[in-house]
Amino acid sequence: MGEAGSDRQPGNLGQQISAQPPASVPDEAPLLVLEHVTKWFGAVHALSDGSIELRAGEVHALVGENGAGKSTLVKILAGVHKPDSGRITLDGKTLTLHGPAEAGAVGIAVIYQEPTLFPDISVAENVFIGRQPLRSGRRINWPAMNEVVNEVLDRLGVHLDVSTLARGLSVADQQIVEIAKALSFSARVIIMDEPTAALSNAEVERLFEVIEALRAQGAAVLFISHRLADVFRTCQRVTVMRDGRFVMSDAIGNLTVESIIRAMVGRDISTLYPKTEGEPGAEVLRVEHLTREGVFTDVSFSVRAGEIVALSGLMGAGRSEVARAIFGIDDRDAGKVTVNGATIPRRSPTASMAAGVGFVPEDRRQQGLVMDMAIDHNIALASLSRLSNRRIIRRSAESKLAADWAVRLRLKYGRLKDSANTLSGGNQQKTVLAKWLARQPSLLIVDEPTRGIDVGTKAEVHRLLDEVAHQGVAVLMISSELPEVLGMADRVLVLREGRIAAEFSKEEADEASIMRAATSQLVRGAARQ
Amino acid sequence: MTTRSISAAGSLRIAKAFLRAREVSILIVILVVFGATTIYNHSFADPLSVQQLLVGASVMMMLAVGETLVIITRNVDLSIGSVLGLSAYVVGDLFAHNPNLNILLAILAGTGVGLFCGIVNGAIVTVVRVPSLVVTLGTLYVIRGIDAIVVNGLQINPSSIPSSFINLGYETIIGIPWIFIIATVLVLIVGYAMRTFRPARDLYAIGSDPAAALLAGIPARRRVFFTFVLSGAIAGFAGALWLAEFATVSSVAGLGYELLVVAAVVVGGVAIFGGSGTVLGAALGAILLNTINQALVAARISAFWDEALAGALLITAIAFDRYVFLRRERALRVRLAARVNQ
Amino acid sequence: MSTSELGEAGTVAGASVPGLPDSPAQPLPTDTGGDTARWRWQSLGRWEVALIGFVLATVLYGMSESHYFLTGANFFDFGLNIGPIALMALPLTLIVITGEIDLSVASTLGLACSLLGYLFAHGWPLPLAIVAVLVMGVLTGTLNGVLVTRLGLPSLAVTIGTLTLYRGIAEIILQTNTITGFPNSYDTVGTSPIPHTQFTWTLGIFVVLAVVFAVVLHTTPLGRSIFAIGLNKETAFFSGIRVKRIKLLLYTLSGLMCAGAGILWTFQYASARYDAGTGLELDVVTVVLFGGISIFGGKGTIAGVVMAVCVIGGIQSALTLINVSAQAQEVVTGVLLIISVVLPNSGATLNQLRARWVRTTPSRS
Repeated sequence: MGEAGSDRQPGNLGQQISAQPPASVPDEAPLLVLEHVTKWFGAVHALSDGSIELRAGEVHALVGENGAGKSTLVKILAGVHKPDSGRITLDGKTLTLHGPAEAGAVGIAVIYQEPTLFPDISVAENVFIGRQPLRSGRRINWPAMNEVVNEVLDRLGVHLDVSTLARGLSVADQQIVEIAKALSFSARVIIMDEPTAALSNAEVERLFEVIEALRAQGAAVLFISHRLADVFRTCQRVTVMRDGRFVMSDAIGNLTVESIIRAMVGRDISTLYPKTEGEPGAEVLRVEHLTREGVFTDVSFSVRAGEIVALSGLMGAGRSEVARAIFGIDDRDAGKVTVNGATIPRRSPTASMAAGVGFVPEDRRQQGLVMDMAIDHNIALASLSRLSNRRIIRRSAESKLAADWAVRLRLKYGRLKDSANTLSGGNQQKTVLAKWLARQPSLLIVDEPTRGIDVGTKAEVHRLLDEVAHQGVAVLMISSELPEVLGMADRVLVLREGRIAAEFSKEEADEASIMRAATSQLVRGAARQ
Repeated sequence: MTTRSISAAGSLRIAKAFLRAREVSILIVILVVFGATTIYNHSFADPLSVQQLLVGASVMMMLAVGETLVIITRNVDLSIGSVLGLSAYVVGDLFAHNPNLNILLAILAGTGVGLFCGIVNGAIVTVVRVPSLVVTLGTLYVIRGIDAIVVNGLQINPSSIPSSFINLGYETIIGIPWIFIIATVLVLIVGYAMRTFRPARDLYAIGSDPAAALLAGIPARRRVFFTFVLSGAIAGFAGALWLAEFATVSSVAGLGYELLVVAAVVVGGVAIFGGSGTVLGAALGAILLNTINQALVAARISAFWDEALAGALLITAIAFDRYVFLRRERALRVRLAARVNQ
Repeated sequence: MSTSELGEAGTVAGASVPGLPDSPAQPLPTDTGGDTARWRWQSLGRWEVALIGFVLATVLYGMSESHYFLTGANFFDFGLNIGPIALMALPLTLIVITGEIDLSVASTLGLACSLLGYLFAHGWPLPLAIVAVLVMGVLTGTLNGVLVTRLGLPSLAVTIGTLTLYRGIAEIILQTNTITGFPNSYDTVGTSPIPHTQFTWTLGIFVVLAVVFAVVLHTTPLGRSIFAIGLNKETAFFSGIRVKRIKLLLYTLSGLMCAGAGILWTFQYASARYDAGTGLELDVVTVVLFGGISIFGGKGTIAGVVMAVCVIGGIQSALTLINVSAQAQEVVTGVLLIISVVLPNSGATLNQLRARWVRTTPSRS
């Protein structure tokens, strides 16, 4: 547990991390400013104070937990949403965006996590789709187009064959193409959403060089990331958001990992996450040497009845993949999974369910619920055979099951026959939980149980998980929200790039050590030497 | 780093890409089939036989051009067979009542019929946003029915068609049939346009990722509408030439001809999911299917194998494409895994 | 099922806010506007009601065209015409609900007819030949299913291929021959109704099977799974539903039932030809879609399909009575097919047009 460096003083972490001093922060007027921007979605106050100042020639990090409002802020900058109040100024003049096209026209470009390139079209043409350079007779000038793109890539210090189809590119390369595309639109503000999440070490290095090239050419870069190590490597300024509002903004030289984390979290944890004590029982889940090439390697751990074990780590570390491999949605190349002593075959959700495993997936709308189906049907979806008498579903039993669980989980709905897309996010999540709890599993895997739901329902979900654990269920919880992890888990496993990097007991765990184990800037730095 | 010279490795890569191109593979298969059949039956390579081959392929080549554009956008046009028949009838009927009608006007009339049908298809697909499969299935029915009502059991008398028109069907210039030249010119023109003009490139984007295309500001509906109009117009045009070729009107039963066209297009390398493929490849696919058709006859294998072979070819082509796709994905994942584990 | 090119890029933001109570059953609105999925669902519930109207209208129309329309003898003819189509529509209904398609239904019928004729002409005892043909149906259906589920090929392209392939094999088997001379006891399928009724055997079998299918689809876990697969394949899989196995089963079932329809067809017409049933797939698809089964998957009822059978069969019967040619009737069938997909979606189109006229309001919904 812990490599060389984990016993350094936390206060020094800031200085240790930056391998190169950040460029001096320019003093000119800011390029793009958001002042106290707010945004409501129905009754949910997604953004109550969005404020940020982006300067040309500066890489600015936006940091905050999930649900802090970062993505809403980004979408407002990108012209996807219109703010309800507040001001946006560009070059000192007020800016009102009526759509993403307009944002692109004024020079704001967003590089999303999922690249949106056309797979069947070449790199060069992807950059210029819809506006390919022309020669006489409105004919496309292919050599000119290729040359321009090559030139842009050169400016970024990257070499790619511009005639390859986008389909053949890695995510990292596609990212670079997106950046090139932004530059070709003369973008002055480039927003990057979790750019390093899916990248290898070498690719991250290359991206940092590209970002530095962008900065040197005068662009304002907004770098949204959970990886504080990367933030310290490449950014000059950091803005922290929490619960939909601006918390603080400062030059990187004045900050440390600790101070940032404290600003991100900054609340009294114990009152929100009432994990009560209990004696864990027999071992329910045992995972041995689980491996999937390129995704995770040699993962071994166990979960006992009544325990909540949290699997934490950065996005892209492989946590959801491990969970899906245990349940059988994804394949695995090696390793053994045992539940209550019985080995589960790979790639068979049916077998896992029969062994008593329940799986609440990460994406509740796409994977957890059938949105167009009724609430009660959704709750019953995993229990259909149990509700049947001689192959016919007993409607009364189904209704009773759904009603019982709706009461138990304090579900708020119109009628049980309404379709699931009439529910709010929190209630949708409760419905997914109800579906699996209805099977009375001995192992419950939950992937991001409270992502994107309001605090009130969050607390309810946590109380529920606690109750469930108390009844003897083993719970494996994947979470990116540190307070949740610290508040709920009996043990914390930290996954880093596919391997278990650390394990903490409830007493040992704290935000800093988890973050440290998850990001391990020090290991990267060591590898580079 | 601005000078880029083509190194030996570079030209080798270009050569490999060329050979791997679908079009080249089909050409090779065509030649193999042709060669094998000629060995078995020498008269297969006779000028007359080759001419018959080219003539037979011409109409399907033209239909394949229009269908390719539709399929590239992730749609399908199943009504082209019926449009062909209707247009052939209309042109024939025009000649029957006006024996001195200018040939070009007649062809224009046929094209107009097809154009109108294409507009109807395109409008329903793009305005009401209904899957093109169902729409064109429906219009296939409707058009064929209308055709049947209009024809009402009458036959087009070959003698009522001016001989100059019929000659179009089989006359040659320097040994190459006129109709094949027309088809080839169409293929070349459309193929060139697909490589050269922005709106044509938009079609690939639309088929590759419809959502991203909308985000990129591409006027998808307008483009798709146009592909249906063009497909219909070409089918109308081909209908007029069909009349010239066969001097008779046939109402093709069921999903006959259009499916062979789809098979030709897919075999020719146009992905059924859209986003990729060339008009040239589709045309070669049409030639291949026709060559196999004629080869069966020449090899004295019963022509009854023709349809089964077309179906088997289509399935093999799709399965093969899918296999290549999966292999490439796996290779990519392995490559990425190697990089991650550095 | 590959749909037309126009997708919707919707964005929904979820966020956590301290202190606010959970809002009661309010959906988070998307910024693209228009909850089209919901409209389609509601419109489909109304579709079955509309179908009842269509059935009545058809009956009235038929009566107005000919006094002969509501006679028993005409009902028998009605059964002869629509029976095979109806039979093939049942498994296709389930397949379309899961979001796939099977265009090879009529070719399987033709192949079954050819094989039956061939075996009979080569001296096989009919019961054995019938079994062999049913086995063939299982095989052809399984081939479709394997290509779609194991190889992951798009079902539209696959079944276009097998449509051609199976018809082609039928052609190879029988070529231009017509096999006749089946024993009278079998031929009565085409000449006599089920005793004490005017139902053709095919139609009678359809009615029985329709009840079975309705029970399975609307009351069993398998049926519920079929709907789930059509609405959200991923969630279905994540919930332990064996998506691939079910789809494979449905294709095999389709092959089996189409082969059965082919056998009945052969006896109904007392002859076997390779081009039996050519073009019928279009009628079958029309019946299914007009019956309210959504082409996008996940919605529909067997009752709707039964009513569609009545409407389409009834219209065709009426038109035949007034001597409209079969080909001319195709116009009507084609129009019905187009209506059946345009109408449910027109609601979404109207919403969109309306949204474009009304300027965007502030984002508070």
